[in-house]
Amino acid sequence: MSELNKLTISDARAKLRAGDVTSVELTEACLKTIEDAGTLNAFVHHTPEIALDQAKAADARIAAGNAPDMCGIPLGIKDLFCTKGVPSQAGSAILSGFRPEYESTITLQLWDSGSIMLGKLNMDEFAMGSSNETSTYGNVVNPWRRGNDDAALTPGGSSGGSASAVAADLCLAATGTDTGGSIRQPAAFVGITGIKPTYGRCSRWGVVAFASSLDQAGPMTKSVRDAAIMLAAMSGHDPKDSTSADLAVPDFEAALTGDIRGKKIGIPKEYRMDGMPDEIEKLWADGTAMLRDAGAEIVDISLPHTKYALPAYYVIAPAEASSNLARYDGVRYGHRAKLAKGEGIDDMYEKTRAEGFGPEVQRRVMIGTYVLSAGFYDAYYRRAQRVRTLIKKDFENVFDAGIEAILTPATPSAAFGLGEMADADPVQMYLNDVFTVTVNLAGLPGIAVPAGLDKQGLPLGLQLIGRPWEEGDLLNSAYVLEQAAGFVSKPGKWW
Amino acid sequence: MLDLTYTAPTPKTIAGAKEDWELVIGLEVHAQVTSKAKLFSGASTKFGAEPNSNVAFVDSAMPGMLPVINEYCVEQAVRTGLGLKADINLYSAFDRKNYFYPDLPQGYQISQLYHPIVGEGEILVEMGEGIARKVRVERIHLEQDAGKSIHDMDPNMSFVDLNRTGVALMEIVSRPDIRGPEEAAAYVSKLRQILRYLGTCDGNMQNGSMRADVNVSVCRPGDYERYQETQDFGHLGTRCEIKNMNSLRFIQAAIDYEARRQIAILEDGGSVVQETRLYDPDKNETRSMRSKEEAHDYRYFPDPDLLPLEIEQAWVDEIEASLPELPDAKKARFIADFGLSDYDASVLTADVESAHFFEVVAKGRDGKLAANWVINELFGRLKKDDLLITDSPVSAEQLGGIIALITKGDISGKIAKELFEIVYTEGGDPSDIVEARGMKQVTDTGAIEAAVDQIIADNPAQVEKAQQNPKLAGWFVGQVMKATGGKANPATVNALVKDKLGL
Repeated sequence: MSELNKLTISDARAKLRAGDVTSVELTEACLKTIEDAGTLNAFVHHTPEIALDQAKAADARIAAGNAPDMCGIPLGIKDLFCTKGVPSQAGSAILSGFRPEYESTITLQLWDSGSIMLGKLNMDEFAMGSSNETSTYGNVVNPWRRGNDDAALTPGGSSGGSASAVAADLCLAATGTDTGGSIRQPAAFVGITGIKPTYGRCSRWGVVAFASSLDQAGPMTKSVRDAAIMLAAMSGHDPKDSTSADLAVPDFEAALTGDIRGKKIGIPKEYRMDGMPDEIEKLWADGTAMLRDAGAEIVDISLPHTKYALPAYYVIAPAEASSNLARYDGVRYGHRAKLAKGEGIDDMYEKTRAEGFGPEVQRRVMIGTYVLSAGFYDAYYRRAQRVRTLIKKDFENVFDAGIEAILTPATPSAAFGLGEMADADPVQMYLNDVFTVTVNLAGLPGIAVPAGLDKQGLPLGLQLIGRPWEEGDLLNSAYVLEQAAGFVSKPGKWW
Repeated sequence: MLDLTYTAPTPKTIAGAKEDWELVIGLEVHAQVTSKAKLFSGASTKFGAEPNSNVAFVDSAMPGMLPVINEYCVEQAVRTGLGLKADINLYSAFDRKNYFYPDLPQGYQISQLYHPIVGEGEILVEMGEGIARKVRVERIHLEQDAGKSIHDMDPNMSFVDLNRTGVALMEIVSRPDIRGPEEAAAYVSKLRQILRYLGTCDGNMQNGSMRADVNVSVCRPGDYERYQETQDFGHLGTRCEIKNMNSLRFIQAAIDYEARRQIAILEDGGSVVQETRLYDPDKNETRSMRSKEEAHDYRYFPDPDLLPLEIEQAWVDEIEASLPELPDAKKARFIADFGLSDYDASVLTADVESAHFFEVVAKGRDGKLAANWVINELFGRLKKDDLLITDSPVSAEQLGGIIALITKGDISGKIAKELFEIVYTEGGDPSDIVEARGMKQVTDTGAIEAAVDQIIADNPAQVEKAQQNPKLAGWFVGQVMKATGGKANPATVNALVKDKLGL
């Protein structure tokens, strides 16, 4: 059977259960495709032996009956997840050679459900970046190109490896993480679905921390249904993560009824940015029309503190990161700088961290250190936390008024060229997160769904934001949008 | 229970070259929480294990590891707060204190800066009979201990032991209510006593289970009272903090040295610089460790890995109901119920084990007699052998048995001491020993009378003297006791001698 790697999870599940294919066949198809896709630089650590062992076990489980939904499904895992005995570097040189002695809760849940690990996926260093250009492994390449132009494009970031791998059918789906948009922005850039669940839905245990109060893992998939299936396997209470919610995991797939009649969907006026490309405007209007046609009630809403979200995010996230990354000091694991005779512990810290962290990580560690320092804490960190509270309140107000989901663009543009932002002010790059960070600040679920192509033939995505713990409902709205948009385009294979 | 009233001790005055000075002292005591597991990991807290053997992934700050609060440590902090009559904060939260050091793997210590678990409390520090200082406790917060850096094992390398990393500490912060080196030592000692009663810290200062940072400043007489009226620290001198003291003797010596150092500076027209200092016991001096300018900027912020700690009043009430009787109450009860002196009651309540031992000995017996025996005979004998009350070869039941024999008149005090020594070295039931070895006091008047008659008959000259000077009757009593091998009832002998001599 050809091109098994192009299957969605739901199709593969059906074929596996029907005995039409085996997990070993699926896995081999993916491994072969990965081998041919080195140019994309999506997979940075390959685990074919683990994959085939797991696939054999999955086949046995499927044959025995009653296998879980994810059983036998080959996945790519973002390098941010600690996977036992397998390099887990968070895209950073400072963790070179690090192989954890433990398995993250989420990947453990996935393996327990019978999923297959094909390998580790490239990402921006410590998940800091929107173009995958900050990775120690070098940038990932987007399988999509502009028209006949063969300039290499970014897959977005930080989950760029995950996005590229799913879009290029190197795997059936991948894990991602999202601190300010790192699942949704790359998903939009490559024309796939990515959901960041409610903060606390998925365990953070064993996922390298960027900004603890914002980090949340989620699936990146080829369809909304796949996102529902995979999210269920990743979710659940974990006593090892104090911020993990002790809530039952609903049947997300069962929520995909396709019926949103009477549902109130808000269109926030503050997301209409100055200088927003017409194509994005049009995409948003089209999406709104699709939801209205499906019977939803469209309501203009206001989220007045939106404009403060990005600055608040770029205070809070670096503050937490500066502290979270203090442990990479060369003392216990990862990179340690060589010292000259007579150099002491401070030299070791300075050299190790200067060599091990790339410029973007260094920039954010310095910003974070600055905003937490004596005399600046109140002006930056405390004020940013107050803004965060106001942003949360904005959402609570509209939800209290009966709004059930909010539709916005996912990104302010389509994928841009690699290196295009090299000389730009870092803030230009940070603007990529302008539609997505509010969701992280408020701890809400958000999903990016591919909804169209721009005039250069690049995918564009829309974002739906849901109420806390209502991922099922959110996925159903996304499902309706997906059906209406009928996005079926795939990048032509050039690699 | 007897209410004891106290007067405040006189503050210590140090005479400088020009004028008199007073001291103002506040302490931050770090007490290791008695708990099998660490504050945020399941690793063992056992002291003296192989280096780096009690280390969980969280403790070594492996990537992606997260802290989970140990509920028992929270319970211990609440218990401590209740024992210090302090406010328990139902809402508290953890903050990160950021700094780099190899024995701090996370690069931050999880502590409670903004919202500590325990608020205002107080400790009564006795400085003599009827004299005591009420020292206010400002707060108690929970925090992680750091590991241990070892710099003297290799000329080119330092080593790190993470066994202690993440062990729970309570930082108990006093107000600047302590007014002299002796009071400071007495405060630590009283705090230690209470923690040991509560079972929340073993108080072992040698192993570092209790360490104190001591803040010392000096002021002129009258300034402290002005501070008390206004709570304005401006009336007090600039303070220096002496770090990491783990002995009562050193605490006193360091405070005394530091106060005199500050006085000398001030009298010279200089001013004290606020800084952190270290005490060197070999040279008996304090040295600057880092100045205010060099002080770390700890960049405290709420730990995003932990939710705020919210506890229920009902749980606090439950813990309160299970509190043991504490030293002040126990001492007052010993004075009231057993008629003990203030001193004896203090000695016997110094630790729970002694108090318990005494209560078993004294139960249904003469309390004062029991106190005498426990303090003078037992404690004295144990001290000679360098033994703790918990290692006593004589059990409370055995000592009670000895006292019962005295009270019943079966043995004299002198014989009782011999009996005590036998029980101490050989063991056995006291009354069986008395029976078996014929140590029972002779109360048979006939036998004693015969002995008295014999002595009188043998010593006519002494009889004559005694009849002129009745005080000499004691010599006859002594002779009779000797003749009866000490077993004659001394009261009976006394009466007979007086009677026979016609005194």
